[in-house]
Amino acid sequence: MAGLQGPQGTKKDALLITVSLLTVFLAAWHLFTLRPAFDAGGLTGDQLQTMEFNGDIVRTAEGAYAWNPEKEKVKGVPGPLAVLEKARAELSEAFVKKGTNDHGIAYLVLYTVTRFGAGFLVASVVAITLGVLLGLNKVLFQAVNPFIQILKPISPLAWMPLLLYTVKDPKWTAVLVVFMAALWPTLATTAFGVNSLRKDYLHVAAILQLSWVKRLYKVILPGAAPTIVNGLRISFGSALVAVVPAEMLLGELGVGYLSWIEWNNLDIAGVIFAILVVGVVGVVLDSGFNKLASLVTYQE
Amino acid sequence: MAFLEIDHVTKYFASPSGNGRVCIFRDATIKIEKGEFVTVIGHSGCGKSTLLNIIAGLETMTEGGVILNGKEVTGPGLDRMVVFQNFSLMPWMTVFENIRLAVRAAYPDWDRKAIADHVRKYIALVGLSGAEDKRPMALSGGMKQRVGLARAFSIEPKVLLLDEPFAQIDALTRGVIQEELVQMWNTTRNTVFMVTHDVDEAILLSDRIMLMTNGPSARIAEIVDVTIPRPRSRDTVIEHPHYYKIRNHVIHFLVRHASHATTVENAGSEDARGDTPLVVRF
Repeated sequence: MAGLQGPQGTKKDALLITVSLLTVFLAAWHLFTLRPAFDAGGLTGDQLQTMEFNGDIVRTAEGAYAWNPEKEKVKGVPGPLAVLEKARAELSEAFVKKGTNDHGIAYLVLYTVTRFGAGFLVASVVAITLGVLLGLNKVLFQAVNPFIQILKPISPLAWMPLLLYTVKDPKWTAVLVVFMAALWPTLATTAFGVNSLRKDYLHVAAILQLSWVKRLYKVILPGAAPTIVNGLRISFGSALVAVVPAEMLLGELGVGYLSWIEWNNLDIAGVIFAILVVGVVGVVLDSGFNKLASLVTYQE
Repeated sequence: MAFLEIDHVTKYFASPSGNGRVCIFRDATIKIEKGEFVTVIGHSGCGKSTLLNIIAGLETMTEGGVILNGKEVTGPGLDRMVVFQNFSLMPWMTVFENIRLAVRAAYPDWDRKAIADHVRKYIALVGLSGAEDKRPMALSGGMKQRVGLARAFSIEPKVLLLDEPFAQIDALTRGVIQEELVQMWNTTRNTVFMVTHDVDEAILLSDRIMLMTNGPSARIAEIVDVTIPRPRSRDTVIEHPHYYKIRNHVIHFLVRHASHATTVENAGSEDARGDTPLVVRF
Protein backbone atom coordinates (compact mmCIF):
# COMPACT_ATOMS: atom_id res chain seq x y z
CA MET A 1 0.00 0.00 0.00
CA ALA A 2 2.84 2.35 0.85
CA GLY A 3 4.23 1.97 -2.68
CA LEU A 4 1.01 3.29 -4.20
CA GLN A 5 1.05 6.59 -2.36
CA GLY A 6 1.73 9.80 -4.23
CA PRO A 7 4.01 12.63 -3.08
CA GLN A 8 1.17 13.90 -0.91
CA GLY A 9 1.11 10.59 0.94
CA THR A 10 4.89 10.60 1.39
CA LYS A 11 4.74 14.05 2.89
CA LYS A 12 2.02 12.96 5.29
CA ASP A 13 4.05 9.91 6.31
CA ALA A 14 7.14 12.03 6.94
CA LEU A 15 5.14 14.45 9.07
CA LEU A 16 3.70 11.58 11.05
CA ILE A 17 7.18 10.21 11.73
CA THR A 18 8.45 13.69 12.69
CA VAL A 19 5.63 14.13 15.20
CA SER A 20 6.16 10.63 16.66
CA LEU A 21 9.90 11.21 17.01
CA LEU A 22 9.25 14.51 18.79
CA THR A 23 6.75 12.88 21.11
CA VAL A 24 9.11 10.03 21.95
CA PHE A 25 11.94 12.50 22.55
CA LEU A 26 9.86 14.74 24.82
CA ALA A 27 8.52 11.77 26.76
CA ALA A 28 12.01 10.33 27.25
CA TRP A 29 13.35 13.74 28.25
CA HIS A 30 10.53 14.12 30.75
CA LEU A 31 11.00 10.63 32.22
CA PHE A 32 14.76 10.78 32.53
CA THR A 33 14.74 14.19 34.20
CA LEU A 34 11.91 13.36 36.59
CA ARG A 35 13.07 13.73 40.20
CA PRO A 36 11.48 11.52 42.88
CA ALA A 37 9.52 13.37 45.57
CA PHE A 38 11.30 13.79 48.92
CA ASP A 39 10.89 10.76 51.12
CA ALA A 40 11.49 11.51 54.81
CA GLY A 41 11.23 7.84 55.84
CA GLY A 42 14.44 6.50 57.47
CA LEU A 43 15.77 9.94 58.38
CA THR A 44 16.00 11.12 61.97
CA GLY A 45 14.58 14.42 63.14
CA ASP A 46 18.11 15.79 63.56
CA GLN A 47 19.04 14.91 60.03
CA LEU A 48 15.89 16.56 58.68
CA GLN A 49 16.60 19.66 60.73
CA THR A 50 20.15 19.88 59.32
CA MET A 51 18.84 19.45 55.79
CA GLU A 52 16.25 22.16 56.32
CA PHE A 53 18.90 24.38 57.85
CA ASN A 54 21.10 23.82 54.77
CA GLY A 55 18.21 24.72 52.49
CA ASP A 56 17.99 21.30 50.86
CA ILE A 57 14.41 20.79 51.94
CA VAL A 58 11.56 23.05 52.97
CA ARG A 59 8.51 22.52 55.11
CA THR A 60 5.28 22.77 53.14
CA ALA A 61 2.05 24.35 54.38
CA GLU A 62 0.83 20.91 55.43
CA GLY A 63 3.91 20.47 57.65
CA ALA A 64 5.51 17.75 55.49
CA TYR A 65 9.02 18.08 54.03
CA ALA A 66 9.72 18.53 50.28
CA TRP A 67 12.80 19.29 48.15
CA ASN A 68 13.63 22.99 48.05
CA PRO A 69 12.36 24.09 44.59
CA GLU A 70 15.10 26.76 44.30
CA LYS A 71 17.85 24.16 44.72
CA GLU A 72 16.00 21.75 42.40
CA LYS A 73 16.68 24.14 39.51
CA VAL A 74 20.37 23.32 39.49
CA LYS A 75 20.09 19.64 40.28
CA GLY A 76 20.33 17.53 37.11
CA VAL A 77 18.87 18.63 33.79
CA PRO A 78 15.51 20.37 33.80
CA GLY A 79 12.64 18.56 32.11
CA PRO A 80 10.56 19.81 29.17
CA LEU A 81 7.91 21.23 31.46
CA ALA A 82 10.47 23.39 33.26
CA VAL A 83 11.75 24.68 29.92
CA LEU A 84 8.20 25.33 28.76
CA GLU A 85 7.52 27.26 31.95
CA LYS A 86 10.72 29.30 31.39
CA ALA A 87 9.76 29.94 27.75
CA ARG A 88 6.33 31.16 28.79
CA ALA A 89 7.87 33.50 31.34
CA GLU A 90 10.39 34.86 28.84
CA LEU A 91 7.91 35.27 26.00
CA SER A 92 5.36 36.99 28.24
CA GLU A 93 7.84 39.78 28.81
CA ALA A 94 9.47 39.62 25.36
CA PHE A 95 9.20 43.37 24.86
CA VAL A 96 10.14 44.47 28.37
CA LYS A 97 13.42 46.18 29.19
CA LYS A 98 14.10 45.58 32.87
CA GLY A 99 17.56 47.06 33.01
CA THR A 100 20.68 47.79 30.96
CA ASN A 101 21.49 44.13 30.59
CA ASP A 102 18.06 42.59 31.01
CA HIS A 103 16.14 43.10 27.80
CA GLY A 104 13.20 41.00 26.63
CA ILE A 105 13.79 38.11 24.24
CA ALA A 106 12.33 40.03 21.28
CA TYR A 107 15.01 42.72 21.73
CA LEU A 108 17.74 40.09 22.02
CA VAL A 109 16.64 38.46 18.77
CA LEU A 110 16.52 41.88 17.11
CA TYR A 111 20.07 42.69 18.29
CA THR A 112 21.43 39.38 17.03
CA VAL A 113 19.68 39.62 13.66
CA THR A 114 20.87 43.21 13.18
CA ARG A 115 24.44 42.34 14.12
CA PHE A 116 24.38 39.29 11.88
CA GLY A 117 22.71 41.15 9.01
CA ALA A 118 25.16 44.06 9.08
CA GLY A 119 28.24 41.82 9.13
CA PHE A 120 26.89 39.45 6.50
CA LEU A 121 25.70 42.20 4.15
CA VAL A 122 28.93 44.20 4.21
CA ALA A 123 31.00 41.02 3.89
CA SER A 124 28.92 39.91 0.90
CA VAL A 125 29.30 43.21 -0.92
CA VAL A 126 33.07 43.28 -0.31
CA ALA A 127 33.48 39.58 -1.18
CA ILE A 128 31.47 39.76 -4.41
CA THR A 129 33.28 42.91 -5.57
CA LEU A 130 36.72 41.43 -4.88
CA GLY A 131 35.65 38.04 -6.20
CA VAL A 132 34.54 39.48 -9.54
CA LEU A 133 37.84 41.36 -9.88
CA LEU A 134 39.84 38.23 -9.10
CA GLY A 135 37.65 36.07 -11.31
CA LEU A 136 38.18 38.34 -14.29
CA ASN A 137 41.93 38.65 -13.89
CA LYS A 138 43.81 35.35 -13.82
CA VAL A 139 47.15 36.93 -12.86
CA LEU A 140 45.62 38.86 -9.99
CA PHE A 141 43.79 35.74 -8.87
CA GLN A 142 46.95 33.67 -8.81
CA ALA A 143 48.78 36.44 -6.97
CA VAL A 144 46.12 36.83 -4.27
CA ASN A 145 45.03 33.20 -3.96
CA PRO A 146 47.76 32.21 -1.42
CA PHE A 147 46.51 34.90 0.98
CA ILE A 148 42.94 33.70 0.63
CA GLN A 149 44.01 30.10 1.19
CA ILE A 150 45.80 31.05 4.42
CA LEU A 151 43.13 33.39 5.75
CA LYS A 152 40.14 31.23 4.82
CA PRO A 153 40.54 28.40 7.34
CA ILE A 154 41.17 30.73 10.31
CA SER A 155 38.25 30.59 12.70
CA PRO A 156 36.59 34.02 12.73
CA LEU A 157 36.74 33.93 16.54
CA ALA A 158 40.53 33.79 16.39
CA TRP A 159 40.46 37.36 15.11
CA MET A 160 38.47 38.60 18.08
CA PRO A 161 41.22 39.66 20.48
CA LEU A 162 43.04 41.52 17.72
CA LEU A 163 39.83 43.15 16.50
CA LEU A 164 38.84 44.11 20.03
CA TYR A 165 42.27 45.60 20.57
CA THR A 166 42.20 47.60 17.35
CA VAL A 167 38.59 48.83 17.19
CA LYS A 168 38.33 49.05 21.01
CA ASP A 169 34.57 48.57 20.89
CA PRO A 170 32.88 45.22 21.53
CA LYS A 171 29.81 46.29 19.55
CA TRP A 172 31.80 46.67 16.33
CA THR A 173 34.06 43.76 17.15
CA ALA A 174 31.05 41.44 17.15
CA VAL A 175 29.98 42.77 13.72
CA LEU A 176 33.52 42.36 12.44
CA VAL A 177 33.70 38.76 13.63
CA VAL A 178 30.55 38.05 11.61
CA PHE A 179 32.16 39.92 8.71
CA MET A 180 35.28 37.77 8.88
CA ALA A 181 33.17 34.61 9.05
CA ALA A 182 31.12 35.60 6.00
CA LEU A 183 33.90 37.01 3.83
CA TRP A 184 35.99 34.07 2.63
CA PRO A 185 33.51 31.52 1.30
CA THR A 186 31.74 34.12 -0.85
CA LEU A 187 35.05 35.60 -2.03
CA ALA A 188 36.49 32.25 -3.06
CA THR A 189 33.37 30.95 -4.81
CA THR A 190 32.65 34.25 -6.57
CA ALA A 191 36.17 34.31 -8.02
CA PHE A 192 35.71 30.70 -9.09
CA GLY A 193 32.25 31.30 -10.54
CA VAL A 194 33.30 34.32 -12.59
CA ASN A 195 36.48 32.60 -13.72
CA SER A 196 34.67 29.48 -14.89
CA LEU A 197 31.82 31.36 -16.57
CA ARG A 198 31.26 29.81 -19.98
CA LYS A 199 33.41 31.61 -22.53
CA ASP A 200 30.51 31.60 -25.00
CA TYR A 201 28.62 34.14 -22.92
CA LEU A 202 31.62 36.43 -22.94
CA HIS A 203 32.02 35.85 -26.67
CA VAL A 204 28.44 36.95 -27.27
CA ALA A 205 29.06 40.01 -25.10
CA ALA A 206 32.23 40.78 -27.06
CA ILE A 207 30.53 40.50 -30.45
CA LEU A 208 27.67 42.70 -29.24
CA GLN A 209 30.29 45.22 -28.07
CA LEU A 210 28.66 45.60 -24.67
CA SER A 211 30.19 48.22 -22.40
CA TRP A 212 31.97 46.81 -19.35
CA VAL A 213 29.13 47.94 -17.08
CA LYS A 214 26.61 46.07 -19.22
CA ARG A 215 28.95 43.13 -19.50
CA LEU A 216 29.12 43.01 -15.69
CA TYR A 217 25.41 43.43 -14.96
CA LYS A 218 23.91 41.63 -17.95
CA VAL A 219 26.34 38.77 -18.40
CA ILE A 220 28.99 38.20 -15.73
CA LEU A 221 26.99 38.65 -12.52
CA PRO A 222 23.83 36.84 -13.66
CA GLY A 223 25.95 34.13 -15.25
CA ALA A 224 27.95 33.55 -12.09
CA ALA A 225 24.92 34.05 -9.82
CA PRO A 226 24.28 30.36 -9.03
CA THR A 227 27.91 29.89 -7.91
CA ILE A 228 27.90 33.17 -6.00
CA VAL A 229 24.72 32.15 -4.21
CA ASN A 230 26.35 28.87 -3.19
CA GLY A 231 29.21 30.87 -1.66
CA LEU A 232 26.76 33.17 0.09
CA ARG A 233 24.98 30.14 1.52
CA ILE A 234 28.21 28.82 3.04
CA SER A 235 29.05 32.30 4.35
CA PHE A 236 25.56 32.57 5.77
CA GLY A 237 25.95 29.40 7.81
CA SER A 238 29.43 30.32 8.91
CA ALA A 239 28.31 33.80 10.04
CA LEU A 240 25.35 32.35 11.89
CA VAL A 241 27.67 29.98 13.73
CA ALA A 242 30.08 32.82 14.60
CA VAL A 243 27.56 35.32 15.93
CA VAL A 244 26.59 33.24 19.01
CA PRO A 245 30.07 32.76 20.55
CA ALA A 246 30.99 36.33 19.60
CA GLU A 247 28.12 37.57 21.73
CA MET A 248 29.04 35.22 24.54
CA LEU A 249 32.67 36.29 24.64
CA LEU A 250 32.06 40.00 24.14
CA GLY A 251 29.03 40.22 26.42
CA GLU A 252 26.99 41.91 23.74
CA LEU A 253 23.23 41.61 24.21
CA GLY A 254 21.72 38.97 21.92
CA VAL A 255 20.51 35.39 21.86
CA GLY A 256 24.05 34.03 22.21
CA TYR A 257 24.52 36.29 25.20
CA LEU A 258 21.24 35.02 26.64
CA SER A 259 22.53 31.47 26.67
CA TRP A 260 25.68 32.55 28.49
CA ILE A 261 23.96 34.78 31.02
CA GLU A 262 21.48 32.01 31.89
CA TRP A 263 24.45 29.73 32.48
CA ASN A 264 25.93 32.35 34.78
CA ASN A 265 22.58 32.48 36.57
CA LEU A 266 22.71 28.68 36.82
CA ASP A 267 19.32 28.63 35.09
CA ILE A 268 19.67 25.51 32.95
CA ALA A 269 16.10 25.74 31.67
CA GLY A 270 17.04 29.24 30.49
CA VAL A 271 20.09 27.87 28.68
CA ILE A 272 17.95 25.29 26.86
CA PHE A 273 15.42 27.97 26.00
CA ALA A 274 18.23 30.15 24.58
CA ILE A 275 19.49 27.24 22.46
CA LEU A 276 16.00 26.76 21.04
CA VAL A 277 15.74 30.47 20.24
CA VAL A 278 19.06 30.33 18.37
CA GLY A 279 17.71 27.40 16.36
CA VAL A 280 14.46 29.16 15.49
CA VAL A 281 16.28 32.37 14.48
CA GLY A 282 18.57 30.29 12.25
CA VAL A 283 15.69 28.51 10.54
CA VAL A 284 13.81 31.76 9.86
CA LEU A 285 16.90 33.53 8.46
CA ASP A 286 17.81 30.50 6.38
CA SER A 287 14.40 30.19 4.75
CA GLY A 288 14.45 33.91 4.00
CA PHE A 289 17.84 33.47 2.35
CA ASN A 290 16.62 30.55 0.25
CA LYS A 291 13.70 32.65 -1.00
CA LEU A 292 16.12 35.37 -2.11
CA ALA A 293 18.49 32.85 -3.67
CA SER A 294 15.78 31.28 -5.80
CA LEU A 295 15.21 34.66 -7.44
CA VAL A 296 18.68 34.87 -8.98
CA THR A 297 19.52 31.27 -9.85
CA TYR A 298 18.79 29.69 -13.21
CA GLN A 299 18.96 26.24 -14.77
CA GLU A 300 20.97 25.55 -17.88
CA MET B 1 38.46 43.66 -53.98
CA ALA B 2 36.14 41.06 -52.59
CA PHE B 3 33.68 41.88 -49.78
CA LEU B 4 35.34 39.54 -47.29
CA GLU B 5 38.94 38.53 -47.86
CA ILE B 6 40.70 35.94 -45.80
CA ASP B 7 44.30 36.39 -46.77
CA HIS B 8 46.96 33.80 -45.98
CA VAL B 9 45.65 33.26 -42.46
CA THR B 10 47.85 30.89 -40.48
CA LYS B 11 47.28 29.75 -36.93
CA TYR B 12 49.75 28.21 -34.52
CA PHE B 13 48.88 26.94 -31.05
CA ALA B 14 51.41 26.50 -28.28
CA SER B 15 52.40 22.86 -28.26
CA PRO B 16 50.74 20.90 -25.44
CA SER B 17 54.14 19.50 -24.46
CA GLY B 18 55.20 23.04 -23.59
CA ASN B 19 57.98 23.69 -26.07
CA GLY B 20 57.46 24.97 -29.56
CA ARG B 21 54.18 25.39 -31.38
CA VAL B 22 51.89 23.41 -33.59
CA CYS B 23 50.54 24.71 -36.89
CA ILE B 24 46.78 24.20 -36.98
CA PHE B 25 46.20 25.43 -40.52
CA ARG B 26 48.13 27.65 -42.84
CA ASP B 27 47.64 30.05 -45.70
CA ALA B 28 43.87 29.95 -45.66
CA THR B 29 42.97 32.29 -48.51
CA ILE B 30 39.36 32.85 -49.53
CA LYS B 31 37.70 35.73 -51.35
CA ILE B 32 34.01 35.92 -50.57
CA GLU B 33 31.66 38.19 -52.51
CA LYS B 34 28.84 40.12 -50.94
CA GLY B 35 25.77 37.92 -50.53
CA GLU B 36 27.71 34.73 -51.06
CA PHE B 37 27.19 31.63 -48.94
CA VAL B 38 30.47 29.82 -48.37
CA THR B 39 30.94 26.64 -46.36
CA VAL B 40 34.04 24.97 -44.99
CA ILE B 41 34.05 21.20 -44.53
CA GLY B 42 36.81 19.20 -42.92
CA HIS B 43 37.47 16.56 -40.33
CA SER B 44 37.52 17.43 -36.63
CA GLY B 45 40.74 19.15 -35.63
CA CYS B 46 41.47 20.77 -38.98
CA GLY B 47 40.89 24.16 -37.40
CA LYS B 48 37.79 25.19 -39.31
CA SER B 49 36.06 26.48 -36.18
CA THR B 50 39.25 28.32 -35.25
CA LEU B 51 39.19 29.97 -38.67
CA LEU B 52 35.60 31.02 -38.08
CA ASN B 53 36.52 32.45 -34.67
CA ILE B 54 39.38 34.38 -36.26
CA ILE B 55 36.97 35.94 -38.75
CA ALA B 56 34.66 36.72 -35.83
CA GLY B 57 37.58 38.39 -34.04
CA LEU B 58 37.24 36.08 -31.04
CA GLU B 59 40.64 34.51 -31.67
CA THR B 60 43.81 35.98 -33.08
CA MET B 61 45.63 34.69 -36.13
CA THR B 62 49.38 34.07 -36.12
CA GLU B 63 49.94 35.30 -39.66
CA GLY B 64 47.83 36.80 -42.39
CA GLY B 65 44.80 39.04 -42.24
CA VAL B 66 41.05 39.29 -42.63
CA ILE B 67 39.62 42.24 -44.53
CA LEU B 68 35.91 43.00 -44.43
CA ASN B 69 34.54 45.66 -46.74
CA GLY B 70 37.99 47.20 -47.12
CA LYS B 71 38.78 47.28 -43.39
CA GLU B 72 41.01 44.92 -41.49
CA VAL B 73 39.34 42.86 -38.77
CA THR B 74 41.03 43.50 -35.42
CA GLY B 75 38.45 42.23 -32.93
CA PRO B 76 34.85 41.16 -32.52
CA GLY B 77 32.15 43.49 -33.76
CA LEU B 78 28.47 43.82 -34.55
CA ASP B 79 29.14 43.48 -38.28
CA ARG B 80 30.01 39.78 -37.82
CA MET B 81 27.52 37.77 -35.77
CA VAL B 82 28.15 34.16 -34.85
CA VAL B 83 25.54 31.41 -34.57
CA PHE B 84 27.12 29.01 -32.09
CA GLN B 85 27.06 25.24 -32.16
CA ASN B 86 25.95 25.16 -28.51
CA PHE B 87 23.50 28.03 -29.05
CA SER B 88 25.14 30.29 -26.43
CA LEU B 89 21.88 31.75 -25.26
CA MET B 90 21.98 33.36 -21.83
CA PRO B 91 20.08 30.81 -19.72
CA TRP B 92 18.95 33.47 -17.25
CA MET B 93 17.22 35.48 -19.97
CA THR B 94 13.96 34.72 -21.77
CA VAL B 95 13.83 34.29 -25.55
CA PHE B 96 12.73 37.91 -25.86
CA GLU B 97 15.47 39.21 -23.56
CA ASN B 98 18.16 37.23 -25.35
CA ILE B 99 17.31 38.81 -28.68
CA ARG B 100 16.67 42.21 -27.14
CA LEU B 101 20.19 42.20 -25.69
CA ALA B 102 21.53 41.98 -29.24
CA VAL B 103 19.06 44.44 -30.78
CA ARG B 104 19.74 47.03 -28.08
CA ALA B 105 23.46 46.69 -28.69
CA ALA B 106 23.10 47.01 -32.45
CA TYR B 107 20.65 49.91 -32.42
CA PRO B 108 21.44 51.98 -29.32
CA ASP B 109 19.40 54.95 -30.63
CA TRP B 110 16.12 53.12 -30.95
CA ASP B 111 13.39 53.64 -28.38
CA ARG B 112 11.82 50.87 -26.34
CA LYS B 113 8.96 50.25 -28.69
CA ALA B 114 11.08 50.10 -31.83
CA ILE B 115 13.36 47.60 -30.15
CA ALA B 116 10.46 45.45 -28.93
CA ASP B 117 8.82 45.49 -32.37
CA HIS B 118 12.07 44.49 -34.04
CA VAL B 119 12.60 41.64 -31.54
CA ARG B 120 9.05 40.36 -32.08
CA LYS B 121 9.48 40.51 -35.85
CA TYR B 122 12.47 38.19 -35.72
CA ILE B 123 10.86 35.87 -33.18
CA ALA B 124 7.93 35.57 -35.60
CA LEU B 125 10.33 34.97 -38.49
CA VAL B 126 11.68 31.82 -36.82
CA GLY B 127 8.19 30.73 -35.82
CA LEU B 128 8.62 31.18 -32.07
CA SER B 129 5.81 33.65 -31.45
CA GLY B 130 4.23 32.71 -28.14
CA ALA B 131 7.52 31.47 -26.69
CA GLU B 132 8.88 34.97 -25.99
CA ASP B 133 8.82 34.58 -22.22
CA LYS B 134 10.28 31.08 -22.08
CA ARG B 135 13.81 30.52 -20.89
CA PRO B 136 16.22 28.45 -22.99
CA MET B 137 15.95 25.59 -20.52
CA ALA B 138 12.31 25.12 -21.51
CA LEU B 139 13.14 24.92 -25.24
CA SER B 140 14.21 21.98 -27.40
CA GLY B 141 17.57 22.11 -29.19
CA GLY B 142 15.88 23.07 -32.45
CA MET B 143 13.98 25.91 -30.81
CA LYS B 144 17.13 27.12 -29.06
CA GLN B 145 18.96 27.39 -32.36
CA ARG B 146 15.98 29.18 -33.90
CA VAL B 147 16.49 31.77 -31.17
CA GLY B 148 20.20 31.81 -32.02
CA LEU B 149 19.37 32.43 -35.68
CA ALA B 150 16.81 35.11 -34.81
CA ARG B 151 19.39 36.82 -32.59
CA ALA B 152 21.99 36.73 -35.37
CA PHE B 153 19.67 37.93 -38.14
CA SER B 154 18.09 40.60 -35.90
CA ILE B 155 21.22 42.73 -35.79
CA GLU B 156 21.49 42.55 -39.59
CA PRO B 157 25.22 41.83 -39.65
CA LYS B 158 27.36 42.21 -42.76
CA VAL B 159 28.59 38.64 -42.31
CA LEU B 160 26.86 35.74 -40.61
CA LEU B 161 29.21 33.16 -39.17
CA LEU B 162 27.57 29.78 -38.64
CA ASP B 163 29.67 27.43 -36.49
CA GLU B 164 28.23 23.94 -37.03
CA PRO B 165 24.86 25.44 -36.18
CA PHE B 166 22.81 22.26 -36.50
CA ALA B 167 25.27 19.70 -35.13
CA GLN B 168 23.44 19.36 -31.82
CA ILE B 169 19.98 19.11 -33.29
CA ASP B 170 18.23 15.83 -34.12
CA ALA B 171 18.24 14.89 -37.81
CA LEU B 172 14.55 15.48 -38.50
CA THR B 173 14.46 18.92 -36.93
CA ARG B 174 17.76 19.77 -38.58
CA GLY B 175 16.22 19.41 -42.05
CA VAL B 176 13.36 21.70 -41.13
CA ILE B 177 15.62 24.41 -39.71
CA GLN B 178 17.98 24.19 -42.69
CA GLU B 179 15.03 24.94 -44.92
CA GLU B 180 14.00 27.84 -42.68
CA LEU B 181 17.54 29.16 -42.90
CA VAL B 182 17.37 28.98 -46.71
CA GLN B 183 14.18 31.03 -46.65
CA MET B 184 15.56 33.62 -44.25
CA TRP B 185 18.73 33.92 -46.24
CA ASN B 186 16.72 34.31 -49.48
CA THR B 187 15.09 37.43 -48.07
CA THR B 188 18.17 38.97 -46.44
CA ARG B 189 20.97 37.71 -48.67
CA ASN B 190 23.60 38.16 -45.98
CA THR B 191 27.12 37.07 -46.68
CA VAL B 192 27.49 33.76 -44.84
CA PHE B 193 30.53 31.79 -43.75
CA MET B 194 29.54 28.40 -42.40
CA VAL B 195 31.51 25.55 -40.86
CA THR B 196 29.97 22.09 -40.92
CA HIS B 197 30.49 18.32 -40.98
CA ASP B 198 27.30 17.70 -42.89
CA VAL B 199 27.80 17.34 -46.67
CA ASP B 200 24.08 17.49 -47.53
CA GLU B 201 23.69 20.63 -45.46
CA ALA B 202 26.63 22.21 -47.26
CA ILE B 203 25.23 21.42 -50.73
CA LEU B 204 21.74 22.63 -49.85
CA LEU B 205 22.94 25.96 -48.48
CA SER B 206 26.22 26.93 -50.13
CA ASP B 207 27.42 28.63 -53.27
CA ARG B 208 30.90 27.26 -52.73
CA ILE B 209 32.30 24.56 -50.48
CA MET B 210 35.89 24.72 -49.21
CA LEU B 211 37.45 21.36 -48.47
CA MET B 212 40.08 21.36 -45.77
CA THR B 213 42.74 18.73 -45.29
CA ASN B 214 43.35 17.14 -41.91
CA GLY B 215 45.40 18.93 -39.29
CA PRO B 216 48.02 19.71 -38.21
CA SER B 217 49.09 22.12 -40.89
CA ALA B 218 45.70 21.84 -42.55
CA ARG B 219 45.02 23.86 -45.66
CA ILE B 220 42.17 24.54 -48.03
CA ALA B 221 42.79 21.95 -50.75
CA GLU B 222 39.76 22.33 -52.98
CA ILE B 223 36.94 24.72 -53.65
CA VAL B 224 33.79 23.08 -55.01
CA ASP B 225 31.27 25.20 -56.90
CA VAL B 226 27.74 24.13 -56.10
CA THR B 227 26.27 24.41 -59.57
CA ILE B 228 22.69 23.84 -58.56
CA PRO B 229 20.38 26.79 -59.26
CA ARG B 230 18.51 28.56 -56.47
CA PRO B 231 15.97 28.60 -55.00
CA ARG B 232 16.75 25.20 -53.57
CA SER B 233 14.76 23.03 -51.25
CA ARG B 234 15.62 19.68 -49.77
CA ASP B 235 13.39 17.64 -52.08
CA THR B 236 14.28 19.41 -55.34
CA VAL B 237 17.99 19.71 -54.72
CA ILE B 238 18.59 15.95 -54.65
CA GLU B 239 16.96 15.55 -58.05
CA HIS B 240 19.44 17.83 -59.72
CA PRO B 241 21.96 15.85 -61.83
CA HIS B 242 24.90 17.56 -60.13
CA TYR B 243 23.78 16.76 -56.61
CA TYR B 244 25.29 13.30 -56.29
CA LYS B 245 28.33 14.24 -58.35
CA ILE B 246 29.12 17.00 -55.86
CA ARG B 247 28.20 14.88 -52.88
CA ASN B 248 30.32 11.96 -54.01
CA HIS B 249 33.23 14.24 -54.77
CA VAL B 250 33.13 15.84 -51.33
CA ILE B 251 32.77 12.55 -49.49
CA HIS B 252 35.49 11.06 -51.64
CA PHE B 253 37.77 13.88 -50.62
CA LEU B 254 36.95 13.54 -46.94
CA VAL B 255 37.41 9.77 -46.90
CA ARG B 256 40.42 9.38 -49.20
CA HIS B 257 42.24 12.60 -49.84
CA ALA B 258 41.84 14.75 -46.75
CA SER B 259 44.65 12.90 -45.00
CA HIS B 260 46.77 12.38 -48.13
CA ALA B 261 46.59 15.90 -49.44
CA THR B 262 49.45 17.13 -47.27
CA THR B 263 51.83 14.38 -48.29
CA VAL B 264 50.96 14.77 -51.97
CA GLU B 265 51.63 18.48 -51.75
CA ASN B 266 54.89 17.93 -49.86
CA ALA B 267 56.07 15.53 -52.54
CA GLY B 268 55.31 18.18 -55.17
CA SER B 269 56.70 21.67 -55.12
CA GLU B 270 59.22 22.78 -52.52
CA ASP B 271 57.40 26.06 -52.14
CA ALA B 272 54.31 24.72 -50.45
CA ARG B 273 53.14 28.15 -49.35
CA GLY B 274 52.17 29.31 -52.78
CA ASP B 275 49.86 26.50 -53.83
CA THR B 276 46.30 27.56 -54.57
CA PRO B 277 43.30 25.36 -53.94
CA LEU B 278 41.96 23.32 -56.80
CA VAL B 279 38.67 24.69 -58.14
CA VAL B 280 36.17 21.91 -58.85
CA ARG B 281 33.16 22.58 -61.03
CA PHE B 282 30.68 20.11 -62.45
